[in-house]
Amino acid sequence: MGLSDLANPTRFLKFANRTIPWLAGVTVLAFAFAIERAMLAPDDYQQGATVKIMFLHVPSAWLGMLCWGLMSVAALGTLVWRHPLADVTAKAAAPIGAAFTLLCLATGSLWGRPEWGTYWVWDARLTSELILLLLYLGVIALWRTVEDPSRAARAVAVLTLVGAINLPIIKFSVDWWNTLHQGASVFRLDGSTIYPTILIPLFIMAAAFTLLFATLLLAAMRNEILRRRVRTLQLMQASAAS
Amino acid sequence: METTAHIDFIAASYAAAVIVVGALIAWVVLDYRAQRRKLAELEMQGLTRRATPSQGERAIERANQAAK
Repeated sequence: MGLSDLANPTRFLKFANRTIPWLAGVTVLAFAFAIERAMLAPDDYQQGATVKIMFLHVPSAWLGMLCWGLMSVAALGTLVWRHPLADVTAKAAAPIGAAFTLLCLATGSLWGRPEWGTYWVWDARLTSELILLLLYLGVIALWRTVEDPSRAARAVAVLTLVGAINLPIIKFSVDWWNTLHQGASVFRLDGSTIYPTILIPLFIMAAAFTLLFATLLLAAMRNEILRRRVRTLQLMQASAAS
Repeated sequence: METTAHIDFIAASYAAAVIVVGALIAWVVLDYRAQRRKLAELEMQGLTRRATPSQGERAIERANQAAK
């Protein structure tokens, strides 16, 4: 089965039904390994044991942004290519992205209290991340407000593309403004500033989180396709009754 | 710094992760069951997305009958 075959919802459902159990199994194994590595990682010389919060905070932050990036590509798919699964992807991804962004903010706040002495500051990184969460909630609300999925998809696609402006703001906020949040330490041109004993468990945890994201997205897309089938049948039933 | 320092903040973070991920999994699983149930109920009433064969399907059927 080629990638283009998956554009057909029926074929996609078959693919999802076959793939989800395997992907879920691999995700569970990946998390078991990642949590073991995270728990065995040494304390950081500055942060101490609270570095263990970073194993949750950093992958959640990456996935919150990755998910909006994926929704932006899907938005182009809706507006430009009118791909059959583009708006299904966008709608399924929004709650998952919102959840990861919420987890990023919650864990960051719980890390900030012992390290910074406060749960929250209105610095550029934290504020732009909060705006990302609000954008996610706006997209979810828009999907629920407009009843016709194809009309909702176009409105959401426009909002998603406008919201994509926030992604580079989040990424470079620590460079553009003077923030309490630390600068980039994992992906840098001169190499990561994190020691491998912490960096490797962080990457393993990020891989586990990404597998979880893929599993949830596939399952949510399957649900959305089924929901649209239900809606079609209900419309047929209503028109037959009238 | 001791590993047990700030253990409450670490435990709260992992608890938050369990709650958020658990909620996502529950949402996906319960939604799947609900959609499957609704679809089954509608199909039991005789509703299918293609209640009548399409032109293409009718043409294939005619061709098959002619081949016999």
